[in-house]
Amino acid sequence: MTTANKTSTVLTSDDLDHLVDQELVKGYFLAGLTFLTISMIAGILVALQLVHWNPLDGIEVLSPGRWRMIHTNAIAYGFLANVFLGMLHWVVPRLTLRPVASRPLSLFIFVAWQLIVFLTAAAIVIGPSLQAMPWVADLAKRTGLCMSLGAQGLEWGETPFWIDPIALLGLALVAVNFMVPIARARAPLYVTLWYFMAAFVWTFLTYAMGNLLPEYAVGGTSAGAIGGLFIHDLVGLFVTPLGWGMMYYFVPIMLKKPIWSHGLSLVGFWGLAFFYPLNGIHHFLYTPIPMFLQYGAVIATVAVELVVTTVIINFLGTLRGQGQQVITNLPIRYFYTGMIFYFITCFQCALQVTLTFQKLIHFTDWVVGHAHLVMFGVFSLWLFGVMTYLFPRVLHRPWYSTRLCEYHYWLSAAGVLVMALDLTMAGIFQGYYWASLQSWDVSVDGSQPFWVTRVFAGLCMFAGLLCFLYNLWMTYRVPQEVYETGPALQGSPA
Amino acid sequence: MFESKAGILWVGGIGFFVIAFLSNGWVPMLMYQDLKEQTAEEVVNSRVLYQFEEISRRYPQTFKQYYGDVNEDTCAEALRLGRQLYIGEGCWHCHSQFVRPVSNESLRWGEVAATIEFQNELQRPVMFGTRRVGPDLSREGGRRSNDWHAVHFFQPKMLSPGSPMPAYPWFFDGGPDQPNKRGIAIMTYVQWLGSWLESYPYYEELKDSDSES
Repeated sequence: MTTANKTSTVLTSDDLDHLVDQELVKGYFLAGLTFLTISMIAGILVALQLVHWNPLDGIEVLSPGRWRMIHTNAIAYGFLANVFLGMLHWVVPRLTLRPVASRPLSLFIFVAWQLIVFLTAAAIVIGPSLQAMPWVADLAKRTGLCMSLGAQGLEWGETPFWIDPIALLGLALVAVNFMVPIARARAPLYVTLWYFMAAFVWTFLTYAMGNLLPEYAVGGTSAGAIGGLFIHDLVGLFVTPLGWGMMYYFVPIMLKKPIWSHGLSLVGFWGLAFFYPLNGIHHFLYTPIPMFLQYGAVIATVAVELVVTTVIINFLGTLRGQGQQVITNLPIRYFYTGMIFYFITCFQCALQVTLTFQKLIHFTDWVVGHAHLVMFGVFSLWLFGVMTYLFPRVLHRPWYSTRLCEYHYWLSAAGVLVMALDLTMAGIFQGYYWASLQSWDVSVDGSQPFWVTRVFAGLCMFAGLLCFLYNLWMTYRVPQEVYETGPALQGSPA
Repeated sequence: MFESKAGILWVGGIGFFVIAFLSNGWVPMLMYQDLKEQTAEEVVNSRVLYQFEEISRRYPQTFKQYYGDVNEDTCAEALRLGRQLYIGEGCWHCHSQFVRPVSNESLRWGEVAATIEFQNELQRPVMFGTRRVGPDLSREGGRRSNDWHAVHFFQPKMLSPGSPMPAYPWFFDGGPDQPNKRGIAIMTYVQWLGSWLESYPYYEELKDSDSES
């Protein structure tokens, strides 16, 4: 443990294990995987609808329109947030050498967060069915509020308006719970904690801005600008810093060497902190939002790409001399695959935000492919890597089958690569169909081959998840010899 | 500063977030602060009222049951509910509501989107949208008849065989000739879109003569 070695007191891995609430880490991972399963099933349902194979069309509570929102929200708040929280409960106490602020609070947050995600999903599915009930109209008249009981009209922020305050309270508690050990730790902080500290602040601010302002404070075009900031910041200021902080922690530990360049780490963090939040409006180019703001967002996006390049160089420099680990060490392979995908998405981003590209690809499946490459190809793969590494440690037994772990990797990575390439091409076709003023049907019919391919790519990713879940179940059910923490762990999932 | 807790918290965490918010969020808010936001009652116009009345004559039984009379208040009520359903059913994830000044969009859809169109209660939060599986809807009003919409919501494939749009039979009390409260609301909402423009209703000039599909 890098940090442990630096301190004067000698800490054993036992001491570190006492700081970590392993049951909670396990709980978060399992909750995350549950929501990932739901999200993927929702994704498959929507994909089947597009290719006319949905056998459940016309059933109200299974409407693809509603389940499309379950798909995205379950990924962001159910899967990513849960597994990140489990990871934070493992990493923060180890880096600060202090437990979280309060264990009962941790447990409360865990239960509350699952309720928040579950209620969000339930409201999205059932809300629109209740919307026309007379009592809703009565309530709206009496309170002066006239809002949708189900989804809120903001992408990634569909959490119903009545859950928003609870979710904000939860995010504030998460921040307090982890900030207390960080505040008590002696500075200077390690890179991971820069990212985590910033992420706690940013996530809260982003969630508050996106979910409250467009609903209560501003309307029209300005709300579009805020919505763009929200969509972007949710990925850039919640998911990205937690993800990179995680990489700065796990990569050096598993390679048993420090990060290549501390200077580049600084450039990466501060570059991201400054440029990333300025990108928001690039989601709504050619809208009535003032043009000079659109130009600003485009330039900031290109700047982010330059910063990202320095981060990737730093991690490739760290890997130098140990490249064989990408083959032999599965979590490392997950991490570096994710980083390559990250570089591709950011490179793609620097191109696609230019006004020239936007003419063609805005509103098309190109964007959907990009989103899958980021959310699944990068962050989900990283979290799979972390779970592959940590499950044996919190379950105190090796994986039932390393081969199934390999299947999980290959099905997930290949699936998302095919999906991203497929949807990117679909986007280009759609863009040209539309611009050439052919009848709308032409673009829909022309998309069919791509949409069919997408169904199979998605099924591939889902099969990977099933391998992982089966492997986990068997690992849990068939207890093998309890083994010591410490050096023995090196033999675990290779 | 670069590695201290205070620097990361105040400069990175809060400072940079605030700079971005002020420049990218607050600036447009200031620019448009004088544009008054209209209520649903205020955006009811004669064209949408005409469509609303047409619905009342075409489906008298369910209309009477759910809305009673045709007037500006009941029409605004239908618009509000229609917008809530447009959000709740996820329509906005496959249909956009803004016409861009590029890619021949103004030939296909009509007038390029302007800020003023979005300054009303029914665009809170704004329904720009980010994906077009189906066509843009911001100039859809008046292009098709109410019975077309009723059948299309009931089973899109009846009118557009290649359409991947899901069916919405729960907008009806039984058949496509009996739209319920939700069905009437969503139809009114769609007929309202673009009704404030001079070019209403806009018919695109497509290469393919089969433009009604």
